Amino acid sequence: MTRYSERSAFWTGATDVLPYIAMVVPFATLFGVVAIEAGLSLAQTLSFSILVIAGASQFAALQLMLENAAIGFILAAALAVNLRMAMYSAALAPHLGHAPLWQRACVGYLNFDHSYVLSVARYEDYPDMTLQSRIAYFFGVSLIIAPFWCFFTFIGAKVGVWVPADWEASFILPLAFLSTVAPMLKSLAHMAAAGVSVVAALALASLPAGSGLLIAATCAMATGVFVETFMEHRV
Amino acid sequence: MNYTEFEIWLIITLMAMGTFAIRFSFLGLIGSKRIAPLIERMLRFTPVAVLPGMVAPLVLWPTDAADGVTLIHLTASGAAVATAYITRKVVWGMLVGICLFFGPAILTLI
Repeated sequence: MTRYSERSAFWTGATDVLPYIAMVVPFATLFGVVAIEAGLSLAQTLSFSILVIAGASQFAALQLMLENAAIGFILAAALAVNLRMAMYSAALAPHLGHAPLWQRACVGYLNFDHSYVLSVARYEDYPDMTLQSRIAYFFGVSLIIAPFWCFFTFIGAKVGVWVPADWEASFILPLAFLSTVAPMLKSLAHMAAAGVSVVAALALASLPAGSGLLIAATCAMATGVFVETFMEHRV
Repeated sequence: MNYTEFEIWLIITLMAMGTFAIRFSFLGLIGSKRIAPLIERMLRFTPVAVLPGMVAPLVLWPTDAADGVTLIHLTASGAAVATAYITRKVVWGMLVGICLFFGPAILTLI
């Protein structure tokens, strides 16, 4: 009986994630194209997608590598983009915190935007799911989508070899960043943070690559928190 | 790009370890610890704080473009932002931006 419900939880997760595959495929392909154009080897490009599996931060690292930033700044900026996932980890912990360590470690490795969003929504809609069904649902979502990410990075890397060098393929990076950020601008606080980030980064552009960005990001984050707190106290 | 083979692998390895540490963080703690509200609030702003600052100089001063910023850079960027904002879908913004930016180059091939 429990076996059966775990299996069905896995396949429910696998079905729920299908629409998201359409979003992952172009993103992964473009990462492959840009990484190869930037000068990474096929093995390095694939390792990025398999070991890191975090789209926006992979693009961010690549951009700073194109600017020849110091390694410390590359890591700081790329990991800053991923910091939001600590929040996902905290949100999943009450639901999955009692699973065995190896399962929690696997959840950690596969904890990205889609698996977090879908799983927490599911757990809240069905509060009496067993722990094993919750784990099965999470893996249903993530084990379906992760191979697409890696496989289409490979396809992109293969296609990237054929893209003419004078096409300025690296401009895909800013286009990807802009499209990632625009849907996140859902409140005045988010817009204020984005505005401060832009102005400060432009003002500090003469500093060594990556360092101005970190200062700008810190100011922007503080602005976001400040504006949000202010708006809450006003109403 | 100007890194040795070793440095590139170092970046990939450290990023993988750092990203895993972030994702595992609260799941790894015993019991269900809660995140401090102020910290949670700051974390919610990280993508909006980092990515626009990274993108602004790229759009205004594109490095590998021969003739600096052009109408096509600005149009493609603007269209990507507007489309993604209106549809709330990353993928549509990207597709519209890429079609506008690379469309002319692709057309010359045909």
